[in-house]
Amino acid sequence: MSAPQLLVHDRQDNVGVVVVEGLKAGTEMLCVVTEDNSDFQLTSRHDVPIGHKVALADLKVGDTVIKYGQDIGRIVAPVAKGEHVHVHNLKTKRW
Amino acid sequence: MSQISNSQSQRKVWAYRRENGRVGVRNYVAILPVDDISNAACEAVANNIKGTIALPHAYGRLQFGEDLDLHFRTMIGTGSNPNVAACIVIGIEPGWTQRIVDGIAKTGKPVAGFWIEGNGDIATVAAASRKAKEFVHQTSGQERVECDISELWVAAKCGESDTTTGLASCPTVGNMYDKLIPHGLYGCFGETSELTGAEHLAAARAATPEIRDKFMKTWQAYQNDVIEAHKNSDLSESQPTKGNIAGGLTTIEEKALGNLEKIGKKVKFIDVLQPAEAPAQGPGLYFMDTSSAAAECCTLQAAAGYVVHIFPTGQGNVIGNPIMPVIKVTGNPRTVRLMPEHVDVDVSGVVRREMTIDQAGEALIDCIAHTANGRLTAAEALGHVEFVMTKLYRSA
Repeated sequence: MSAPQLLVHDRQDNVGVVVVEGLKAGTEMLCVVTEDNSDFQLTSRHDVPIGHKVALADLKVGDTVIKYGQDIGRIVAPVAKGEHVHVHNLKTKRW
Repeated sequence: MSQISNSQSQRKVWAYRRENGRVGVRNYVAILPVDDISNAACEAVANNIKGTIALPHAYGRLQFGEDLDLHFRTMIGTGSNPNVAACIVIGIEPGWTQRIVDGIAKTGKPVAGFWIEGNGDIATVAAASRKAKEFVHQTSGQERVECDISELWVAAKCGESDTTTGLASCPTVGNMYDKLIPHGLYGCFGETSELTGAEHLAAARAATPEIRDKFMKTWQAYQNDVIEAHKNSDLSESQPTKGNIAGGLTTIEEKALGNLEKIGKKVKFIDVLQPAEAPAQGPGLYFMDTSSAAAECCTLQAAAGYVVHIFPTGQGNVIGNPIMPVIKVTGNPRTVRLMPEHVDVDVSGVVRREMTIDQAGEALIDCIAHTANGRLTAAEALGHVEFVMTKLYRSA
């Protein structure tokens, strides 16, 4: 298998992590779920830096973001599948 | 457990067997100030006598209550660490100086105290330098002996984390713990506030319901007494840090879930330690109540007796410790490219799917063995000696 552009921890997750530098909008990403080594394709809709997250589904305000199969916070601005998920649209439910 | 991991767990290292039976991997003569105003004398002694190391710090005056208890525990624990062969203690006055000397003397190692009031810096430095030279000659020829790798006490804490930390470097540490702790290794994780969002998963890894309750009380107390008592925002840019956010981590929950990957998939923790408290329940994994600031946490773990530290980083935290080698592990290919001099174990192959977590764990165990045998870590070679005491509240 060639090196993936996106890794996903758990099959329940609705975000994945970009693991290559310089990812450009429009890239057809090879995405691998580390839990079971399954893979799928997804097109990135933004330039996304290494380490940053991409939505695996359309997410609306109030939705819970799942990573590691766990709750990592709530969506505060709508996100489309393939878009960058970060502090501009995801907030903690703690603190 | 695989064939390879069995052979790794029985691996031998060459290390220092101390008077109390503990295994050290470094052989320092430490010059330890009781208080901030004795730093200058300690640094003068370390300058006079090669082969010694001064441990200057900011505190030790007018502390009281639990904060003072922590100060003594950290001082005595640091001097007692098996990486310290002998210790000179210098304070402004004899009382607290002797209390620390007596605490360190319980290990059986050479230790002597000096105080400045009534003597002045110059006479104190002269007397302490003569004793330090004696200690250097007494200890510097000590031979390393063959020990089991699982006799080591190996602590862990991550820093300048990013999303690769949870994908690669923290699971690498967890894999090492899963392999070595069943064979007698002492492990330690901390970072109480940084388990927020994963506290339920951490609690589920307690060995008994009593330990689980102790953990949840400790975590809740940090939330109430530290975070909720002092916060004036959602802590964004502090926890997660600016560096975490630049690296792609968005929330404390996400950061905590990556952090907790350090404790592996199998081992349970067998006690909850106060800051700098030495583990006393035998081999196994321990949780210590610490801040998540790198130098504070490492200093507390060294004071508890840990002799090697594993530090997974994403964005490239450069932390070291004066008495405990800190091994950097990163899974971020950009950090490997930009900051290679800080990386001891490169596990970026994990995110390229070229390396399994099991292989990464083996590479880490190799590095622990080499470090125990005397290989300098990146932080040691670069001169990182961050010694930072934890202070619980203002002095009297």
